[in-house]
Amino acid sequence: MSSFVLRGGTIVNPDGNFNADVVVRNGVIELVGDTKGDLPVIDATGCFVSSGFVDLHTHLREPGKEEAETIETGSRAAARGGYTAVVAMPNTDPAQDAVHVVEFVRARGEQVGLCEVLPSGCITIGRLGQQLVPFGALAKAGVHLFTDDGTGVQDPLLMRRALEYAGQLGVVLAQHCEVARLTEGAVMHEGACCSTLGLPGWPALAEELMLHRDIELVRLTGSPMHFLHLSTARSVEMVRQAKLEGLPITAEVTPHHLSLVDELLTSFDTVFKVNPPLRTRADIEALKGGVLDGTIDAIATDHAPHSDHSKDQALDAAPPGMLGLETSLGVVNTSMSLSPRRIAEVLSWNPARIANVSDRHGRPIAVGEPANLAVWDCASEWVVSRDHLVSKSRNTPYDGMTLRGRVRHTVFRGELVVKDGEALK
Amino acid sequence: MKHLLSIDELTVEQLTALLDLTDHMVEISSRPVPKVPALRGRTVASVFFEDSTRTRLSFETAAKRLSADTMTFNVGTSSVNKGESLRDTIETLSAMGVDAFVVRHKSSGVPHMVTEWTDASVINAGDGWHQHPTQALLDCHTVTRSFGTGNDLTGRTVAIVGDVKHSRVARSNVRAFTMLGADVVLVAPRTLLPPEFIDWPIRAVDSLDEVISDIDVLYLLRMQRERMDAALVPSLGEYSARFGLTRQRADRLKSDALVLHPGPMNRGVEIVVDPADLPGSRILDQVRTGVSARMSVLYTVLSGGSVPPAGGAE
Repeated sequence: MSSFVLRGGTIVNPDGNFNADVVVRNGVIELVGDTKGDLPVIDATGCFVSSGFVDLHTHLREPGKEEAETIETGSRAAARGGYTAVVAMPNTDPAQDAVHVVEFVRARGEQVGLCEVLPSGCITIGRLGQQLVPFGALAKAGVHLFTDDGTGVQDPLLMRRALEYAGQLGVVLAQHCEVARLTEGAVMHEGACCSTLGLPGWPALAEELMLHRDIELVRLTGSPMHFLHLSTARSVEMVRQAKLEGLPITAEVTPHHLSLVDELLTSFDTVFKVNPPLRTRADIEALKGGVLDGTIDAIATDHAPHSDHSKDQALDAAPPGMLGLETSLGVVNTSMSLSPRRIAEVLSWNPARIANVSDRHGRPIAVGEPANLAVWDCASEWVVSRDHLVSKSRNTPYDGMTLRGRVRHTVFRGELVVKDGEALK
Repeated sequence: MKHLLSIDELTVEQLTALLDLTDHMVEISSRPVPKVPALRGRTVASVFFEDSTRTRLSFETAAKRLSADTMTFNVGTSSVNKGESLRDTIETLSAMGVDAFVVRHKSSGVPHMVTEWTDASVINAGDGWHQHPTQALLDCHTVTRSFGTGNDLTGRTVAIVGDVKHSRVARSNVRAFTMLGADVVLVAPRTLLPPEFIDWPIRAVDSLDEVISDIDVLYLLRMQRERMDAALVPSLGEYSARFGLTRQRADRLKSDALVLHPGPMNRGVEIVVDPADLPGSRILDQVRTGVSARMSVLYTVLSGGSVPPAGGAE
């Protein structure tokens, strides 16, 4: 195991920021303070040093769709984005609804060794919305978050049973809020823009109706719930109200819903097709408000790789989804003004807690802590290029855009996996 | 003008130039030998991802009258799912040597996408619910030439009636008629209007009877039977009773009011009277004008649009 010192950075910790070097040895933080001597120096001047980021929402596509991404390429993209842990979404093929599948995903993540891959589980077998997965066996196999992401659980009775049953096991259900009947054939946000473009509209109501239902189910069952990729102003308001009432819910938004507006679809570029769809400026402002006031707990990427081939279709046929892991910090920092502390909260500390990995991720920078670290700045400008991504796919909506703020180094289990923005292995 | 993708992209000058050029094409079409060598050696490919025999034949007739070579690529909806991406299809055809693609697709935006994958000109022959610019061109030509006021429709009111929400014809015509100075009023049940059209240059009314006696042009849209299955209207009978052109409504039309329909008509639904009994019906004129309007578009995109075609017969 290697040892080195991160020199000249500003530590971002829950109890405050301070300037210090960080010595990493044998996978743990050995020293925080001033250093001299002959350890290899990794320059952190002008950077913040925080716990590594944790993504609650990553589609790694393996098993089943390795043409778009693999656990290896996705892990590398994660590391490059400052992530030391990612929750792998279960809409693989086969789906992550059985112990052997989640064990494969976890083992492959360990083999790759660029970040910790945390498999999520489906709520229903095959994500078909009919029969519950074996929550007990999957929980025993280490699964903490369960979701049918890609679709919402439509049946309210099944959702109630899932909350009652899974709540007892201490695991968390994560809902993709979308009433499918309201979004059949939908391509983009329902509003003025879709009306002009003649594209089938995706009403905000489809998200809000299911969110409302599930908040009430949480109230009824007392089981905790996490809400994935909320995208509308009304959704933020509902979560705010429910939290005021003390309900055990958490919520995430994506970097793209904080930065991109539905009008981008006037280009008819399928890279902007995503589920939930890009919304209006008013929605974007409301989501930012939610991030600022704590209504939104986490920013999660919904990193959704798709091959160029599958995106080179008409808008109705192209699959929804966009890349997110390698650009998230820059996009968030460019889109809104957040303190380094709040950035660490929404990208690392809170998601680590929601994913139930805060024994090893999202930790303070202190002696003896596991060395899962991200070194980043909020000032340097860089231009995103789809040709300079380590993800296997190229479907970034930010190609050619200038972002401010970048991940410089990533340390995973004491090893430097990203240095000066480039993946080392 | 390299492409014709949307009426929104045209200036008023470009629109009226196309209308004037259509006059010329009407004259060519009326000759004993309706053919000129203007586009000899150029290849026009009709790529129809959605069936539309009428529109395709209209474009191909237009191309042939200008002496262009034509090729036809008909894609059943199923073959789109056989693995070849849209881009592969266009690049393959492009490699055969195409000067202009005439593209029809059930999804909005495909003609725009096609321009990214070929150097050829692209003409939108109807994309999803989005645009059908040559239809608007032929409709504007039919209406303006019937009124005989040049290209100016100032002071005229056009009512577009029916399924506006799912209609590329309506989206193109709202814009085109407005550009020529007309007032456009939409008449439709709320379920068949777009979700949000506050910034459209139109007003919407709830009942055809409210406007029937004041309008100069009645533009009936095709009411598709599947809209009933999707519970957008309770029944075709009810639709017809509220929005159809019945005898009683026809009797209330102004004496010089025109009636248009993009075809194919649902007799007994949006049009209950026999159009042959309507002096103002221009429905067959629309079809005739369609060929000339498409000649004008093909000529404009393929020639740079500067010089009118040579007058001599081939």
